Amino acid sequence: MISATVSTQRKKIHPHKFTLWVGLGSIVMMFAGLTSAYIVKESQPEWTSVELPKVFYYSTAAIIASSITIQMALKAFKERSMMNYRRFITLTALLGTVFIILQLIGFSRMWGDGVDFKGSGAGQFLYIIFGLHVLHVLGGVVALLVIFFKAFSKRVRNYNPVTIELASTYWHFVDLLWIYLLVFFIWTL
Amino acid sequence: MSNEATHGHPEVVTTHEAHHDEHHVHHHKETFITKYVFSQDHKMIARQFLITGMAWAIIGGLMSVLFRLQLGYPDQSFPFLEDILGRWAKDGKITAESYYALVTMHGTVLVFFVLTGGLSGTFANFLIPLQIGARDMASPFLNMLSYWFFFIASVIMFSSLFVQTGPFSGGWTAYPPLSALGEASPGSKVGMDLWITSMALFVVSSLLGGLNYIATILNMRTKGMSMTRMPLTIWALFFTAVLGVLSFPVLLSGFILLLFDRHAGTSFYLDSIYIGSAALPNEGGSAILYQHLFWFLGHPEVYIIILPAMGIVSEVMSVNARKPIFGYMAMVGSLFAIAILAFLVWAHHMFVTGMNPFLGSVFVLLTLLIAIPSAIKVFNWLTTIWRGNIRFTPGMMFSLGFVSLFISGGLTGIFLGNSALDIALHDTYFVIAHFHIVMGVAGFFGMFAGIYHWFPKMFGRFLNNTMAYIHFWVTLIGSYLIFWPMHYEGLAGMPRRYLDYTNWLSFNQFDGLNKFISTVAMVVFAVQLMFIFNFFYSIFKGRRVTVKNPWGSSTLEWTTPIVAGHGNWPGEIPEVHRWAYDYSKDGREYISQTEPVTPDEKPH
Ligand code: HEM
Ligand SMILES: [Cu+2]
Repeated sequence: MISATVSTQRKKIHPHKFTLWVGLGSIVMMFAGLTSAYIVKESQPEWTSVELPKVFYYSTAAIIASSITIQMALKAFKERSMMNYRRFITLTALLGTVFIILQLIGFSRMWGDGVDFKGSGAGQFLYIIFGLHVLHVLGGVVALLVIFFKAFSKRVRNYNPVTIELASTYWHFVDLLWIYLLVFFIWTL
Repeated sequence: MSNEATHGHPEVVTTHEAHHDEHHVHHHKETFITKYVFSQDHKMIARQFLITGMAWAIIGGLMSVLFRLQLGYPDQSFPFLEDILGRWAKDGKITAESYYALVTMHGTVLVFFVLTGGLSGTFANFLIPLQIGARDMASPFLNMLSYWFFFIASVIMFSSLFVQTGPFSGGWTAYPPLSALGEASPGSKVGMDLWITSMALFVVSSLLGGLNYIATILNMRTKGMSMTRMPLTIWALFFTAVLGVLSFPVLLSGFILLLFDRHAGTSFYLDSIYIGSAALPNEGGSAILYQHLFWFLGHPEVYIIILPAMGIVSEVMSVNARKPIFGYMAMVGSLFAIAILAFLVWAHHMFVTGMNPFLGSVFVLLTLLIAIPSAIKVFNWLTTIWRGNIRFTPGMMFSLGFVSLFISGGLTGIFLGNSALDIALHDTYFVIAHFHIVMGVAGFFGMFAGIYHWFPKMFGRFLNNTMAYIHFWVTLIGSYLIFWPMHYEGLAGMPRRYLDYTNWLSFNQFDGLNKFISTVAMVVFAVQLMFIFNFFYSIFKGRRVTVKNPWGSSTLEWTTPIVAGHGNWPGEIPEVHRWAYDYSKDGREYISQTEPVTPDEKPH
């Protein structure tokens, strides 16, 4: 009976992966809402622009690097070389943390330059949009930590790649999302 | 992928089947807590949503009775009101503040907590696994979380009724500045913070639920259940979930910006505001931006409410007309068209915001286009019952009532969709009449149809029929009596959201009418209490269901045992061989989806 179901369900994508994709769609809508709000407001009088601190380019480098490392983690997992797998997972989580810290530095630079919540303008949007993105990266880091501890657990040997595949999909997604947001701000500022 | 590798890790099992075989081993000892409270069984979660939704419906309905009392008898005082509401009804008269709080909460509660959470939550949870042939949702755990987020949201919203400055009172749409400035009104203080927190949790609940519904429908159908063999309920719930997943996050974005305006001094929505004679520092915001973000959800939201009702009605009608649904693919296609158009018409709520008339005309066109799929659906319902062998069960009655209401309310939508007319009709009682008939009452009728039809499956007993028919007739006639006259009031220019019209001489002609409406409203509310009584009485004392398939229905849920356990089917999940609507075919009243197609039969 199980084999029969397996054969009919094999073509289908894993339910958790599918759920993740739909979830990503909803995150996209949230940021689409925010960036369209930006476009609506940009044409208003009294709109003020800001300058992007350089830090945001360094953080971009960090997050792109982390996308590469998680891909390598996935590859290592599939080749069952658990040492490398753990190494790359750790590296990815670290790079994610570096990204978050760099973003916070960027925020404080901007705040220091006098971009605050008074009046209205690009700065307010930037804090909120980038801030929400940071939260999504943070969620990813937490997920990686969970996977990380699982990878060190001796109790269960698990060679099912779904969890790490989910994590890497999400990770690439927040990376791409960041690039979209950065390009959006470079474009509009 | 081999199954052995996954033992001990149920969350990563590749096949749904294996997942649940495992579950059965582990879940033998169920305690009260795991069975009734933190249940992961979709059927129990559905009942939790239903009962929470019903509690909200009573509260929201009672609020409308209270403010109808004010609208019908503005010159009288009712000492008992002071007993219930305390200083909100000083000397037995509802104060302006509490009137606004009541209408705001009434709208919020009924739109979101009853007709979204209660309706989708109940029927998506209950029907999706049962009708597609799955043991449970793709992720029973997320599903449980979805209910508990709904529950916490409910608790917070409810608690806002009791804070000192009162619940939020700026309308269910929560437009700034009333929603953004604590100074704007008493309800804009803590009440609004609770409102927004509750709504944010509600959005999370909807998202978790929606993700799960979509994943379940696409991934977990039993063997043979192709998409085009699914009952229309499932299609409707599918599009509902898609609408929710794509539009609720935008509302959340709007709320986040609102929170910053409230508490961090930003000016997304605020501009040049004077309180007393002092100017606020906020400059450069746009209140209209909020309206865009709100209605980008708000319009899809009305379809989030009505699509499940449409699906339920399609299914119940076909079963009780003993005829296949007319135009199955057209039904699916029109659901799809509605789902797409739902995202393209939001600005018809904003015709009077000073929008460029040329832009307005685009939205007029797109709005009027919705009439096409809506008309297709109505046509198909009518042709389904045409020359049918109709059984007038309570579920069927409510379905017929739904169609009547949907036609009446849809027609007034076409009036409002024309921006030239809407400039006069916007924010009048005409709009109130429109959306109550087409969404409010019709949504409830869909829900009632579903409850009467699936109650035997949910609780193993029937609801009492006599009470059901009284419930139906009084509610149908009463709703028309309440809302039909409001069209005339609206055409005469009577604006919505006013506490008292007595000083407005031109509306004195409606004094008697308003009293009449208020009286009918009370009668209709009383009959809903009778329904609630019927519901709980029948859970324990109703006539027992003695056969698996009391309605002679071809869908899968009726192949489960009368009281199905967690996992739904004791043995294997049945395989599906045909679509869900083989009624009165080849001289047989119905043929179950599980019956193989015979060689001389045309396969579907
Ligand atoms: C033929 C289809 C429909 C058309 C053309 C239509 C058009 C409109 C328009 C133009 C308005 C704005 C009126 C105003 O505020 O001045 C409106 C309001 C509304 N409609 Fe419809 N509608 C249709 C069907 C529906 C359906 C099916 C539902 C719900 C199931 C619905 C629910 C609402 C609600 C809730 C409002 C008022 C919201 C508020 O201001 O509080 N409508 N409709
Ligand atoms: Cu609309």
